[in-house]
Amino acid sequence: MKKKSLFAKIYPVLVFGFLYAPIAVLILFSFNSGKSTAIFEGFSFRWYEEVFRDTATLEAFKNTVIVAVVSALVSTVMGTAAAIAINNYKLKWFKQATLTTTNIPMMNPDIVTGISMMLLFVFISALFGKTGTLGFTTLTIAHVTFQLPYVILNVLPKLRQTDIHLSEAAQDLGCTPIQSFFKVVLPQIMPGILSGLMMAFTLSVDDFIISYFVSGTTSQTLPIRIFSMTKKRVTPDMYALSTLIFLAILVLLVISNVITAKSENKKQKQGSKKGGALK
Amino acid sequence: MGKKSTLLSRVIGAPYILWAVLFIIVPIGMVAYYAFTDATGAFTFDNMLEIGKYTDTFLLSIWLGLLATVISLVIAYPLAYIIANSGENRQKIMMMLIMLPMWMNFLLRTYSWMTILEDNGLLTTALNSIIEPLFQALGKEFEPIHLINTRGAVVLGMVYNFLPYMILPIYTVILKMDRSLIEAAQDLGCNKLQVFKNITIPLSLPGVVSGFTMVFVPSVSTFYISQKLGGTGTTLIGDIIETQFQTANNFHLGASLSFVLMILIFICLAVMNKFSDEDGEVII
Amino acid sequence: MANNEIIKLKNISISFDEEKIIDNMNLYIRDKEFITFLGPSGCGKTTTLRIIAGFLQPDSGEVIFDGKVINDVPPHKRQLNTIFQRYALFPHLNVYENIAFGLRLQKISEKEIKETVTEMLSLVNLKGFERRNIASLSGGQQQRVAIARALAVKPKILLLDEPLGALDLKLRKDMQVELKNIQKRLGITFIYVTHDQEEALSMSDTIVVMNGGKIQQIGTPLDIYNEPKNAFVADFIGESNIIEGVMRADFWVEMAGNKFKCLDKGFGVDEEVDVVVRPEDVDIVKAEDGMISGKVTSITFKGVHYEIIVEIKGFKWMIQSTDYQEVGSTIGLVIEPDAIHIMKKSEYSGLYGDYSSFSEEFDELSDATVYEDEDE
Repeated sequence: MKKKSLFAKIYPVLVFGFLYAPIAVLILFSFNSGKSTAIFEGFSFRWYEEVFRDTATLEAFKNTVIVAVVSALVSTVMGTAAAIAINNYKLKWFKQATLTTTNIPMMNPDIVTGISMMLLFVFISALFGKTGTLGFTTLTIAHVTFQLPYVILNVLPKLRQTDIHLSEAAQDLGCTPIQSFFKVVLPQIMPGILSGLMMAFTLSVDDFIISYFVSGTTSQTLPIRIFSMTKKRVTPDMYALSTLIFLAILVLLVISNVITAKSENKKQKQGSKKGGALK
Repeated sequence: MGKKSTLLSRVIGAPYILWAVLFIIVPIGMVAYYAFTDATGAFTFDNMLEIGKYTDTFLLSIWLGLLATVISLVIAYPLAYIIANSGENRQKIMMMLIMLPMWMNFLLRTYSWMTILEDNGLLTTALNSIIEPLFQALGKEFEPIHLINTRGAVVLGMVYNFLPYMILPIYTVILKMDRSLIEAAQDLGCNKLQVFKNITIPLSLPGVVSGFTMVFVPSVSTFYISQKLGGTGTTLIGDIIETQFQTANNFHLGASLSFVLMILIFICLAVMNKFSDEDGEVII
Repeated sequence: MANNEIIKLKNISISFDEEKIIDNMNLYIRDKEFITFLGPSGCGKTTTLRIIAGFLQPDSGEVIFDGKVINDVPPHKRQLNTIFQRYALFPHLNVYENIAFGLRLQKISEKEIKETVTEMLSLVNLKGFERRNIASLSGGQQQRVAIARALAVKPKILLLDEPLGALDLKLRKDMQVELKNIQKRLGITFIYVTHDQEEALSMSDTIVVMNGGKIQQIGTPLDIYNEPKNAFVADFIGESNIIEGVMRADFWVEMAGNKFKCLDKGFGVDEEVDVVVRPEDVDIVKAEDGMISGKVTSITFKGVHYEIIVEIKGFKWMIQSTDYQEVGSTIGLVIEPDAIHIMKKSEYSGLYGDYSSFSEEFDELSDATVYEDEDE
């Protein structure tokens, strides 16, 4: 096992090269002094300045963040409650039906999910004789809908792993059932809830296809703005913007990894030190 | 547990149930409704019959989607295997490197490929400058390579965008695989290749199935990739649906196309699930 | 007797999925006693414990605590605490916070909490473990924390659900002694559930032997061992040869083709009975000197003694002796009157107590499954 074959060394490099080539190109051209996204004319920060001057892009960025925060919070709370309920359903068919329905938005192609919701919104607004209902509300509803399955599927396994006796033990020691949930069960499933929240937020920021069908002209998100810009010839300001987002996320990921690595290290050290002292 | 608290723990699921009915089930009903009605709301089969015109588009979408999925599998499997067998720190770093591109907006990543593959783009220029002297040496007339607006470019875009979805589930199953099974197989006389063939591959099948669906579904239904990298020559079913809703404003035809696409994909998923006994849990 | 009774179960029945788990159970438990529910997997012992703790509601019958019916009192309001099978320690809290958990709910001052936790930790010999992570503790240490956590809230009764099942043999023996000491020192009632008869015999004041959702026998360890009520109890507690016999008269039983003097009376003349003879109570003599005789079919060295299987009239007896006997040889057996115990015929007659299919491996195997799938 120790000896790594040449293939095992070279192959990942090739695949990562493939994955990062367009990103490298993208970052490179964000510094282009010229207007082209194909011919590099010289180094400059002009597109970065451009990003902060483009009000439509900034507006889209703001919309993206608002929709992502609101929808991720709603889907996390509702999804966690749903996971707890699903975990407690005794009727087999009902539980199965709920789980199957939950899977639909993940299985269905995004385009079908998007148009199905669009049709619903259009149909309802036609019922009330209104037009132009597509906007923030519909966008948020759609985002909550496609995030919910991911929240539920992150929380459910954690609930299943949680020893049912923990909640009983808490009640045994004097907790009411509701207290025992908040004091004992919630801390156990917290990692699942947080990763569900993270995933919900990410999916929201990244989503283009579903948003494309359910957002109105007033509620453009960043991906939609990018889409309408790539319809024409793209100028490198978009590249500059995504480079900024990319770097922000890279920094966040590195920080969070370093923090978890440090706390794990600390825990291990603490454990071994005390363990040693006892012997 | 008390009866009241058990009841409460079930009742808190009610908002979700309501939400799921309203925004998952009813919208699918809406697709069916629009698919089988005309502009006046009367029942009709016309939309369904009109779909016949798009049979070639459906077939092309499925063919390119399958191609992209199989290529992704071929690329992803060895990588997932290598990563799962690396040291813990290397694993963490490599998995992060695989997830990271997904944070770059997918439209821009695709657009970036467009600039690479363009006739005066980086790759095309580089390839042509290598090939041109070869042609001259052979005394043949030089024909510049053309990459953009081909089916190959579309498949490349699909593989590029969805490859991580193939790597992740395969990596997860290989990682979770019980190492003692491999040792047991070796103990019973399997050599490395036989272990791989008889143990690793069958046991990683659920991951492969999961990855297969996670790449195939978005590939078949894509519309942006084909527009940017395939040009006008490669119209996929997603493009046609998009047009019905965004420009042609023929919701009924669009709905019937979506309806058929949805049915096709659910059939594919059902067939795929036959191959794995996993209980539908998607590995992310 | 009635006034120091702390728990009373009256006509308790409960079913899961149409299956009767507890069938009309009646029992009282005295204050400050160490009582053990003993029985095989699925006999209903854990279910009984959970009914007392309040995690299960009986379908019918009453649970009475200190003279009051507590059927509708939820677990968190009952003055009794449980040690769970796998301890159920809260993994997100350290040792100190686990033990302080119940105290904090009572709005006690931080100083008092600290005192109690320290006291509890010294009670279970875990001084200095306050800040340790639960995950960094060994099984035995976790067990001690669970005991400290339950005792910290000063319960009137401690319920213990197979608390030593996950520990290895040596540790289990030590903990048995320690638990018994704690119970004596604190003077509170322990209700203990186990499938291990040795554990039950060595720790309990009273043993309740259960099978099939019914109480088979209640008594002191000595009673249960020496005077088992039926073939099930005789077989479950210790090793026993259970032979079919006929009471010819008071103090006279006929079995294995011979008449034996015994100490039992009050049966009908010629009533068919089950006779229990413990393997250690049989003396081996020369064939011609024995009251009965048979052929040795196998012998196994057990450390303290040999285990000898002897076939007498088609029935295989197990005899424990410090003397070696050749396989195939014929030996005589002497059974004194006080070695014989007579039981009435029961539904278990003929099911137990014959060593013809005896195999140790089988015994261990069935033992191992016992606490894998403990009854719900």
